[in-house]
Amino acid sequence: MMTSSLINSFTSSIATLAPDAAGHAAHAEPGAIAAGPNWVLLIPFLPFAAFTLNALYAAFGVKSKLPAWTTVATLAGSFLATLAMFMNFDGTPYTVQAFEWFNLHYGDKSFVANFSFYIDTLTIYWMLFVTGLATLIALYASEYMSHDVGQGYNRFFAAFALFVVSMACLVMGDNLLMLYLGWEGVGLCSYLLIGYFYKKPSAVAAAKKAFIVNRIGDLGLALGVYLTFVHFGTVQYAELFSNETLQSYIAAASHGDFGSIPGEAQWIALLLMIGAFGKSAQFPLYVWLPDAMEGPTPVSALIHAATMVTAGIYLIARMYPVFIVSENALPIVAWIGTITAFLAATIGMAQFDIKRIMAYSTVSQLGYMFAGLGFLTPTGGAYHVLTHAFFKALLFLCCGAVMHGFAGQLDLRKLSGLWKVPGWRIVSIGMLIGCINLAGVPFTAGYFSKDTILAEAFVTPGYAFLGWVLLLTAGMTAYYTFRVFFRVFVGPVEYHPGDELHDHDHDHGHGEEHHHDAGQHGDHHANHFHPHAPGWAINTVLIILTGCSILATGLYFVGGDKDAHTKHYADTMVSESSASYHSHYGTHAFEYYEKDPEHYPEPGHGPRGSIDKALSMPITGGDPHKMMYYISGVIGVIGIALAFLLHYQGRTKASECKMDAIAKRFGPIPRWAENKWYVDEFYHAIFVKPLRIISHVFHWVDKLLVDGIVNVFGFLPRVFAWIIRPSQSGVLQGYAVSMAGGLAIILFVVLVIVARAGGAS
Amino acid sequence: MIDSILNIIEPAQLAFPEPVEASIIAPYLFVSAAMFAIGLIGFLTRKNMIIMFLCTELMFQAAGLALIAFGRHHLGADGQTFVIFVLCVAAAEAAMALALVVLLFRHRESLGASAWKELNG
Repeated sequence: MMTSSLINSFTSSIATLAPDAAGHAAHAEPGAIAAGPNWVLLIPFLPFAAFTLNALYAAFGVKSKLPAWTTVATLAGSFLATLAMFMNFDGTPYTVQAFEWFNLHYGDKSFVANFSFYIDTLTIYWMLFVTGLATLIALYASEYMSHDVGQGYNRFFAAFALFVVSMACLVMGDNLLMLYLGWEGVGLCSYLLIGYFYKKPSAVAAAKKAFIVNRIGDLGLALGVYLTFVHFGTVQYAELFSNETLQSYIAAASHGDFGSIPGEAQWIALLLMIGAFGKSAQFPLYVWLPDAMEGPTPVSALIHAATMVTAGIYLIARMYPVFIVSENALPIVAWIGTITAFLAATIGMAQFDIKRIMAYSTVSQLGYMFAGLGFLTPTGGAYHVLTHAFFKALLFLCCGAVMHGFAGQLDLRKLSGLWKVPGWRIVSIGMLIGCINLAGVPFTAGYFSKDTILAEAFVTPGYAFLGWVLLLTAGMTAYYTFRVFFRVFVGPVEYHPGDELHDHDHDHGHGEEHHHDAGQHGDHHANHFHPHAPGWAINTVLIILTGCSILATGLYFVGGDKDAHTKHYADTMVSESSASYHSHYGTHAFEYYEKDPEHYPEPGHGPRGSIDKALSMPITGGDPHKMMYYISGVIGVIGIALAFLLHYQGRTKASECKMDAIAKRFGPIPRWAENKWYVDEFYHAIFVKPLRIISHVFHWVDKLLVDGIVNVFGFLPRVFAWIIRPSQSGVLQGYAVSMAGGLAIILFVVLVIVARAGGAS
Repeated sequence: MIDSILNIIEPAQLAFPEPVEASIIAPYLFVSAAMFAIGLIGFLTRKNMIIMFLCTELMFQAAGLALIAFGRHHLGADGQTFVIFVLCVAAAEAAMALALVVLLFRHRESLGASAWKELNG
């Protein structure tokens, strides 16, 4: 996969990086970093209070919506604190210490990892959407989980609050150990919430799968943190980024001189990368995320779409100085991201469960973010994280509303025309806004953030092929997204309730006799089954998120900083943090090159892919940043048009459309895609089966050899006892005879000895 | 007959506090050995638990007699002291053993030792 020419071209692309890497962290000398205001601690500790309270509610058996309101209130407080932190931030990173955690000094070395928080723009950027979305989704969940008020409700919100605490530790921690703590914490909460319906075997299996697959990644992360400490002697960000050794590596990397950087330092990035791949569901560790949809939908929206799965992107962005000094790490990230994006999109095209389609779409979009990081545009990656967080949370919550209202029905062949069903207009509009964002319809937030990544693929040398693959994927994304919309939300009205009908019917006073699909006509069904339209909490949240998704477009036009050469809000936030890397091929570089070619950047400085060459988009020509607006827009619209033709036009039933006939022409391929290219089966065959066989072998070795030795020691005394047991005859006189006889023998022997001794003397 | 017995006893008493010859205490030891043998044979041959118990008492006293005889021979107080202990133990043992025999009898309505044969290995 990695050809040497690609690595070379990448090397040369790094060669022209301006080493203002970690420039902002650099002026923070270790120890000299300022201490911030203590109220920042409210951000992690308010959700922690919610977690404690919810645990107490569970202990006292509270049977009301109290835990939901507690959680919503504290998370809102946490969000307001984050907002205040954003408003008060003056551009200088600072730390806030909660308490001492590890503070060890030995000789002239030390290991310091306090329970303290490092606040810079990247932290604020991440925490704003984490706490904001968590608040909204908690509000949504207050209604969504209402069928479970009682112990389940308490448990759900306790885990939910704990998740936000862990995420805050992960994002805000001032050292890698805090990040690791948060990393494991979110993993735990993810496990607990996927397995929320613990009586359902598939949910339990999905929870275990998520946890075990994440273990593989976490091993990489743990080794990466360990190696960071071994090599640089610190795990604190402020010290690490101003570390002289790292600075010298960055200087070497900017000249393309990777040979002078020790392999040990280059391995750190590769190990951290494995951790990021596990948590952010990248190929080959992505298999857990689609299964994680077994959890309640608010969980899917918050943890498995908007926040937790972006932890991998955060890790790479945060540790960008370390990634940049590794010759292979970022190219691998770019390749894996692209492969994941493409693969997940192909699977998403063939699924019928709308929540699963969204899950694969999440995997695919995460692939875009990773590709962005790999294409040397952490800005593009982080910007896509933000826009994706809003519109994907919105899409999931809309799917959740459908699932909630139609008794668990998620099959797009059994739902149609929801737009016209009373009470479903808000959900339909939310879905439409989410879909146009995800599909990358021009002038949506998703369009701008995806373009940043796509353009950078053509700008950074060696990645043009990946750029084309991602463009193709963008078309596929538009197709599968609107496939859901055209199948479920428009067209003839028809719906069949899912298999949770019995539970939901209690609300409506119906019996369970309407399980069977009596007819195909929607009206017929509507007479029996009344979909349960979303209430005020769900609708409010959907309206707010729809608004956020629309407003996110505006972020592309505001928040730029002329002095720092940044274009928009996300760019500013990322560029002022440790993730700041201005490639000479970057967006800003071209703009400033056009305005002032003398000054910034120097044309032709790079050995290959000089500005002149990179300025030209393959095939179409022109500056990729400008061309991408047209190309990706057109591709997105083509995808939507295809979905319109194949899934909407002339469709009279929910279950049949024109695509069915076309799919048949592809032979078995659609079926393979529907079965996820048999990746799970493949993993089962090459990992699970052999391990199971080996475990059986070890089981028998243990049983026969180890247990055998132990049993022999137990068996020998029994054999001995069996031999001498008959002497215990139970006849009293027999014992007496043997006693007397024994005594006589002893006496005889003694007498003989005495006689001998007497004779000798 | 009494005279002949007295003739045996007297020298042992009259010679005190002088030690006596081994031949003087030999008759005592014969009596002791005879008592022990009777006790042992009785214990081995009889089945009645009370008789068996009496036989053990007989063996006790045989041992006591031997101890006293040797004590006289060596002119030490040890033998006699030991006999006091033996008597104490025998008394305590008698109290307990008879109680046990009563209990065992209640279980099986029999004094025969063979009634408890099932306590084999």
